[in-house]
Amino acid sequence: MLIRIRISMLIFLLLFAGCGGGDEEDGEVDAEGAPFRVAIVMPSSTTDIAWSQSMFDSLTAVQAEMGGEDALSIAYSEGMFRVTDASAAIRDYAAEGFDLVIAHGAQYGNSVFEVASDFTETSFAWGTSSDTGAERGIENVFAYGAVANEGGYVNGVVAAMLSENDVIGVIGPVAGDAKLYIDGFVRGVTDVKPDAQVNISYTGSFSDTTLAAEAAHVHIQAGADVLTGSAQQVVGAIGVANENGVAWLGTQSDQISLGPDVVVTNQIYNWANVITDMIAKIEAGELGGTAYKLTFANDGLRLEFNDSIEIADEVKEAARAAIEDIKSGVVDPVLLEDDE
Amino acid sequence: MFDELFTISTLIGILHSCVRLATPYLFASLGETFGQRSGVLNLGVDGIMLMGAFFAFYVVFEGHNLWVGVLAAIAIGVMMGLLKAFVSVTMQSLQGISGIGLYLFGLGLSSLLFKTLIGSVEGVSGFRQLAIPFLSDIPGLGHILFNHNALVYLAYLMVPVSWFVINRTTLGLKIRAVGHNPEAADTLGVSVNGVRYTTMMIGGALAAVAGASLSIGLQNVFQENMTNGLGFIAVALVYFGSWRTIGVLGGSLLFSLVNALQLWVQALAIPVPSEIAVMMPYIMTIVVLAFTARQIQKPAALARSYERGE
Repeated sequence: MLIRIRISMLIFLLLFAGCGGGDEEDGEVDAEGAPFRVAIVMPSSTTDIAWSQSMFDSLTAVQAEMGGEDALSIAYSEGMFRVTDASAAIRDYAAEGFDLVIAHGAQYGNSVFEVASDFTETSFAWGTSSDTGAERGIENVFAYGAVANEGGYVNGVVAAMLSENDVIGVIGPVAGDAKLYIDGFVRGVTDVKPDAQVNISYTGSFSDTTLAAEAAHVHIQAGADVLTGSAQQVVGAIGVANENGVAWLGTQSDQISLGPDVVVTNQIYNWANVITDMIAKIEAGELGGTAYKLTFANDGLRLEFNDSIEIADEVKEAARAAIEDIKSGVVDPVLLEDDE
Repeated sequence: MFDELFTISTLIGILHSCVRLATPYLFASLGETFGQRSGVLNLGVDGIMLMGAFFAFYVVFEGHNLWVGVLAAIAIGVMMGLLKAFVSVTMQSLQGISGIGLYLFGLGLSSLLFKTLIGSVEGVSGFRQLAIPFLSDIPGLGHILFNHNALVYLAYLMVPVSWFVINRTTLGLKIRAVGHNPEAADTLGVSVNGVRYTTMMIGGALAAVAGASLSIGLQNVFQENMTNGLGFIAVALVYFGSWRTIGVLGGSLLFSLVNALQLWVQALAIPVPSEIAVMMPYIMTIVVLAFTARQIQKPAALARSYERGE
């Protein structure tokens, strides 16, 4: 009996060994001309077409710009939604001597500061936040975030112009987390159409694609003809928008591949400048202390239209005008605190 | 504000959502019912669902027919069921632990295959809404019951089919006998292991179709871990339904109804905090479980390995 149990456990162990996934490292480290080593811990997958993918895509773009794996090596741990798992991964990467360890989630803050205090020669970064730990005497932590309400506002302007029913649906993950984007979005809609109805629902999860899909169905049945939403859960909702021919406005990453006929715009988070600047600072001996914000003005936020579908010129023009107004301060979509 | 919730169109919308949302729960819970009625607890349902979701999606993504995608899901589900049976029945490992192992295996392998074979989140054209002629024209009821995709109908068809197999066939009699008293069943010439292998294959196939109902029916995309623990709720629904197909149907509908209700409450801007709204299905589950616990008659040999002569 005992032998059988051991054999069966061995079978599963062998099976797991074949499909560990997640934790991979690109690039060899050699003594001479060693690459700059970045490790990143993410709550979801590198292909979530949302928060995690935005950072991973930016990292690989910087890697390509720097000259490939010989210049910048990237190690990553994905699906680290549980903070205890993420905390262990952050500590492991620090112990392995990485130059920069990125904890890509607001929930990782305590873990970052705890590990950063133990590894003062290693640089850490985390977001969404503006807290670098300076007040606690920590000098090796960067913080970053996206002023998501800016793109939210522009998407809201686009939504108001696209909607014929004047009913627009928003699918959020957890109340609070997506507040910045949604607040900006609502403001954008109401600035164009004060009487338009914006229906907001939360699934209570970042990853419940089934409930997000059903929320999209509900919004459509309630009359919405334009939808938006955030976090990795939106893949289910975009599938429903696609099936029903309802316009979708994306945020965080490029979501066109999922709904080539319905995704109208995407607010893209471009972290490349933040990463490049952190690397430059670290190489100059400055291991932390800077809080970065992605905005339209610093090219951290980009609004991209789907070129494969026909979008009225006046909609594009209104979006561009809104971006310019935000950059110049004519429009202030800020309702809000600093963080998402 | 609350008036909006009680309009005919909203109530029809809520019930329509409820019927659709129950689909994956029904497939997975009915499959799990077969296994548990034969005495095998399979906590790996979620992993099998993910594998089924991936294979169905991949086959369709490669340009094949949607039903070929369903068959692919069934095939991989049967294989996963066989693996579970080998580990739990032949090797007699602890059923709970091996189920968790199977879940992690399915989670990891589906993610690995997705990244290797597809690489990015893509959409496919899945099962379209199929209004049943005449029946879908019935005011109200027609939209609620007869205006869904083919897999939704199939899920509800599986309820009487499963009931019939478990309660009215020789196989069903053997399943129940093995689940209640494997020693007695063995002495009467029933192959305990054979029956348990069969139920694991049936359960695996249904769990995989539950996954397919997400990836090529309700969402038409595949994403890593897209089931989000739905398979574990399906296992709980078997307890909730007291191991009866009608109970599983009731549990699936109730859970889905509360989920649909909370989505509509939020969408209509009815002033209920969203945190409370999203908790409603789980609160309801706990309440019903608490009140039905005393009436439960679970299979006596559930989660017990069987070895001749022990």
